[in-house]
Amino acid sequence: MNSWQYSESIESEKIVNIEKKYGNFIDGKFVTPKSKQYIDTISPSTEKILSSISIGNQQDVDYAVVSAKEGLKKWSKTAPSERAKYLFKLARLIQERSREFAVLESLDGGKPIKESRDFDLPQVAQNFFYYAGWADKLDIAWGNEKYKPYGVVGQIIPWNFPLLMLSWKVAPALATGNTVVLKPAETTPLTALLFAELCEEVGLPDGVFNLVTGDGSTGSHLVNHKDIKKIAFTGSTGVGKYIQKSLAGRDVGLTLELGGKAANIVYSDAALDEAVEGVVNGIFFNQGHVCCAGSRLLVQEDIEEKFIKKLEKRMQTLNVGNPLDKNTDVGAINSKDQLDKIEKLVNEGIADGGDLYQIECELPKNGFWFKPSLFTSVQANYKIATEEIFGPVLTTLTFRTPEEAVEIANNTEYGLSAGIWTEKGSKILWTADRLEAGVIWANTFNKFDPASPFGGYKESGFGREGGRHGLLSYLKVSS
Amino acid sequence: MSSKTSFENTVIDWSSTIDMIDNVRIDELGVKERTSSLATRSIKRDSKLEGLNKIVSMCDLTTLEGEDTEGKIAQMSSKAMTPDPSDTNVPNAAAVCVYPSLVSTAKNIVRDSNVKVASVSSYFPSGQAPLESKIADTQFAINEGADEIDIVINRKAFFEGDFRKVYDEIVSLKEICGDIDLKTILEVGELETYENIKKASLIALSAGSDFIKTSTGKIYSGASREACLVMARAVREFADSGYGVKGIKVAGGIRDSKDAIRYLVIINEELGTEWLTPEYFRFGASSLLDDVLKQIKKIKTNSYQSSYYFPRG
Repeated sequence: MNSWQYSESIESEKIVNIEKKYGNFIDGKFVTPKSKQYIDTISPSTEKILSSISIGNQQDVDYAVVSAKEGLKKWSKTAPSERAKYLFKLARLIQERSREFAVLESLDGGKPIKESRDFDLPQVAQNFFYYAGWADKLDIAWGNEKYKPYGVVGQIIPWNFPLLMLSWKVAPALATGNTVVLKPAETTPLTALLFAELCEEVGLPDGVFNLVTGDGSTGSHLVNHKDIKKIAFTGSTGVGKYIQKSLAGRDVGLTLELGGKAANIVYSDAALDEAVEGVVNGIFFNQGHVCCAGSRLLVQEDIEEKFIKKLEKRMQTLNVGNPLDKNTDVGAINSKDQLDKIEKLVNEGIADGGDLYQIECELPKNGFWFKPSLFTSVQANYKIATEEIFGPVLTTLTFRTPEEAVEIANNTEYGLSAGIWTEKGSKILWTADRLEAGVIWANTFNKFDPASPFGGYKESGFGREGGRHGLLSYLKVSS
Repeated sequence: MSSKTSFENTVIDWSSTIDMIDNVRIDELGVKERTSSLATRSIKRDSKLEGLNKIVSMCDLTTLEGEDTEGKIAQMSSKAMTPDPSDTNVPNAAAVCVYPSLVSTAKNIVRDSNVKVASVSSYFPSGQAPLESKIADTQFAINEGADEIDIVINRKAFFEGDFRKVYDEIVSLKEICGDIDLKTILEVGELETYENIKKASLIALSAGSDFIKTSTGKIYSGASREACLVMARAVREFADSGYGVKGIKVAGGIRDSKDAIRYLVIINEELGTEWLTPEYFRFGASSLLDDVLKQIKKIKTNSYQSSYYFPRG
């Protein structure tokens, strides 16, 4: 047979310089952790150890918060236009070094280089540019209402879009005049550590941005620290609930961006080939490690067979493998823990009676991998139809009428995002009006813009990131 | 892959055709997004050389000018047979594409080779002529020895909403072609919208065309990768419906290897690798071939060579 396979086209790792061991970034410099405890961060596509990072303890967090308090003295007196300059500088430096960041992100997290290069990094830079622009316009953002920054803000970010989530949090926090203590996820700390180097390079005043690496225990110290005025968290609903409980009764601001189980509704009058692309992008983008992933396909019953056939054929063309290969569409699962979780849920789906389709492909020997998967014959009460899998697994449900589509779509504890596919404009509006989701895409999916607020309803969290609304996550009403 | 079928089995009846056309729904942004995403494929080393060789073998070396002479056609036909005399691993082009009056000249040169002679007909490029004239034009080209016929659809009828007439004309022309491959030019630059392109594709395929072709190369706007994607999906839908496996020819404005490889990627990923043969995919081009030959040399010798190292076409 005349097959035309693409030869490997690997983005070079040589561009990144990874230290053997990292400390925390506090008071404008890298410091040795007081905990003296370290954990390896590995590449999920090879299981190779990349570096050792510190697990921050109570003392480390204390140090960082004290530094942020000190930093606030200077930062709060820095003119807004000066704050903007630092953010613009950071944005430009990120652009300049975006290839380095992209390679690091793919190495440490397992996502395809084409995504870190073409999606994550451009978005990261845009976020800094966008919020840099707001820094000196806060007085006119809400008419006569006056707002002030919280002060010292604790930010805990996830492993699926490490640097992008950093930018969603750090850029608006600094623009609004807060100082930050950030804790990245323990499996993906490297881009945040490189970002800290950039803060040093642009001469950001000491203590304005502080970074403490670590695991859940470090995050817990941060949440429970008495001098933290606000916590912004992106991650699982379970941890989000724990944080909210911990903060109950304290005067600490909180925004949560949690899980999702988004419905991607395909009506029979949709442009089906484009809908297939959107559904594929909705669930296999970043291996499905996306809180707003379109993980529930709701397809109108009369086109189910045709649509699933098209979808399976399209899925088979996905290239799964080395994240640094420029032709890779689906990379590695972020960690062993996550892989176990996906496998467990998928096995339960099979046991419940779901039909599983997986593409035929060879998976690398080392590393954590899961084949792009599609469940059909799924009932609404199966776990795979209700629980967030956070992996490359799509669950199909069918509906007969628009009413029913909306009912099924809303029949979830989550409410982060949704997709609507139809060529009929009035049907898009009718459906969007009735969906309980923070972000609704029509005839597209996973589109982001720094100017557009992002956030959830129900157990997907509260507060918004992005846009003018995103500023409010870091401001409170002035007395 | 099924082999090409006889005329009776090739034409799909009008009511089935209408069903397909009525169901055409395309999202413009989705098409553009997919096309630009496929353009980021990184084709290197072995896969690049393989792709470039495929492109040579898929080339319909073309000249369609008022100034064409027997001498020019002979030169081009000869080049099609041996595009790079210094490298016997480079395949021959698929065909030469000429006006009907020059078919016999071309045929005389390529006679003993694999290179086919394609003739445009049906009052190329406008198609503004009565059906009888188009039939006579086509019949003449066939009598002269054409192995393949490239016709244009009746855009006048298409824009007037008379899809049936577009279809009927192609059916009539396919009928006189018989086993000779019929390539039907949609002129995507005039059709403009992706829905029009898909509708015209389905009409042309139903009416028995063996290939659908993007452009005449005679207007301001030629082939586009987006149009190719839409046409590929029409071909896929046609095949999935059990109506037969058809080919695509992209022509008009494809001048360099990088662009041509991107077309290959579209076909490879939207239709599948089995479409990547001259039987199902062609490039209509005049200057593309030289750039591809240079790239092949570059890969093999690691140096770029000037145009004068390659024979004129």
